[in-house]
Amino acid sequence: MSRSGPATHRDAWFLLLPALIPVLVLSVGPLLYGAALAFTDAQSGVRHSTTFTGLDNFRALRLDSLFWQSFRIGLVWAVCVTVLQLLLSLGLALLLNRNLRFRWLARTLALVPWAMPEVVIGIMWRLVYNPDAGVLNNALRDLRLTDGTTDWLSSMSLALPAVIVVGVWAGMPQTTVVLLAGLQNVPAELHEAAGLDGAGPWRGFTTVTWPALRPVALSVMALNFIWNFNSFGLVYVLTGGGPGGKTQLPMLFAYAEAFRYGQFGYAAAMGLAMVAVVAVLLAVFLRNRLTREDG
Amino acid sequence: MTGRRMPASARGARRRRGWGRAAQYAALLCYLAFLAFPLLWLVSTAFKSPRELGSVDPSWLPHHPTLDNFRKAFAEQPLLHAALNSVAVAGAAALVSVAIAVPAAYATVRFRTAVGRAGTVWVLVSQAFPLVLIIIPLFMVLKVMHLIDSRPGLGLVYVVWTLPFALWMLQGYVRAVPVSLEEAAAIDGCGRYRTLRSVVVPLLLPGLVATLMFSFVTAWNEFFFALVLLKSPEKQTMSVILTHFLGAEGAADLGPLAAASVLATLPSLLFFALLQRHLVQGMLSGAVKG
Repeated sequence: MSRSGPATHRDAWFLLLPALIPVLVLSVGPLLYGAALAFTDAQSGVRHSTTFTGLDNFRALRLDSLFWQSFRIGLVWAVCVTVLQLLLSLGLALLLNRNLRFRWLARTLALVPWAMPEVVIGIMWRLVYNPDAGVLNNALRDLRLTDGTTDWLSSMSLALPAVIVVGVWAGMPQTTVVLLAGLQNVPAELHEAAGLDGAGPWRGFTTVTWPALRPVALSVMALNFIWNFNSFGLVYVLTGGGPGGKTQLPMLFAYAEAFRYGQFGYAAAMGLAMVAVVAVLLAVFLRNRLTREDG
Repeated sequence: MTGRRMPASARGARRRRGWGRAAQYAALLCYLAFLAFPLLWLVSTAFKSPRELGSVDPSWLPHHPTLDNFRKAFAEQPLLHAALNSVAVAGAAALVSVAIAVPAAYATVRFRTAVGRAGTVWVLVSQAFPLVLIIIPLFMVLKVMHLIDSRPGLGLVYVVWTLPFALWMLQGYVRAVPVSLEEAAAIDGCGRYRTLRSVVVPLLLPGLVATLMFSFVTAWNEFFFALVLLKSPEKQTMSVILTHFLGAEGAADLGPLAAASVLATLPSLLFFALLQRHLVQGMLSGAVKG
């Protein structure tokens, strides 16, 4: 179909239009509007009239230590979850790529978290972490590792790590599937050649597997980081941002600012601050993807 | 034959491989435990009696499995109503989303227009923005259109929300349709739309069903938009109703909570079981081959 000309272009427009209109009205439009709101004092009440305030929101935001604390927590959470996700998923993908028994079971189980509603994952882990009736404390008590009374999600020092474990669990399926697909694209002859040259498993991995997998791994890491940094539902259900704001991800913070205190303009400014972080990662991802498309 | 004559180095290599195997199985076992135990615990909790739930030394499996928690879950919250709301909103959104994604996917794959390319990039980029930035203006726009606290309003948002992945999956399936078939149809005098309807769509059908199911699951599982955009309890979807079990203080009745969570997961799990193969393929064509 290499025909091109005015007729073909009109056809393309007609085919694209039904998708383009809702995207413009409910995605592009709101995003631009949202970015513009960051420069106003918009509030949730109808009575209040919105005025343009320039950089006032950002000046206030710069001094808002609570927001920056939340921002730091968001970065720690996103980096930890993303890195652990990649390492664990890579291990699992390598195992699933082998001819092991019970592989089907792991394959099936690895997909389950993907199918589950975020809210259910949160609830499920609350049951696991439950200080009295939870299975984690019970198991630790049985193994005589702790006295089994740890209140994981209410502890100032343990809440964030506990929540990070859940984040890793929830995001493993997609990462594993993508990495497994990448592994299956590594030509088998390369492995054989490396084997003949006497390379052990580790040498084989570093010289053959990883170079072939690297672009896929980088892309999936960039996407995971963005998703994790913007994540909301999981932590909302697990801790609601507590204890004492120790798990207050920036999305939770901005949500409260917008829909509990009604400060739409200020919350939008927070959103823009988050975009700055995400934009860098997105650039990495897109460059990676586009160079692969052209190559 | 091989046993005695085998050189020492080969025997060593084989023993090493044996150890390697054992380590691999040990690692696989750890993964299985990590992945499965939370799930097992959720299901087990759902079937336990209040007495077992209150026990200081909880057991892995319920000794006397009971359906009481399910009965209580339905009594405590309008679960059935919430499920119907979710089915209606997610179903309608998935249908509309796929209906508009099919022509768009076809156009972006077959014609290399600037709009198509911009659209594909936008679809990716829009996924990256924090939802606060979208939800505030969306809330204001929907309010003007009187679509706040309305199921059609939420459905409309879900159409746009599920569109990116639907488009992505469908692009993969469209690429798999041989261009030669379309050219043959064109030679036989089929117009562009006729070709799309009677050649491309029938070939896409399995992929179409898979995309439909995936979009449904995405919308069924969604939480944030439903939380912000719906206020009346009788309009709430499943995800939001589940959080009502948690109560204000987080002091939840664990049995019914677990039971309702299990029920809320069943539809998604069922569809995913059917989808498994397609998803892996979809990811392959979408994420890896680019």
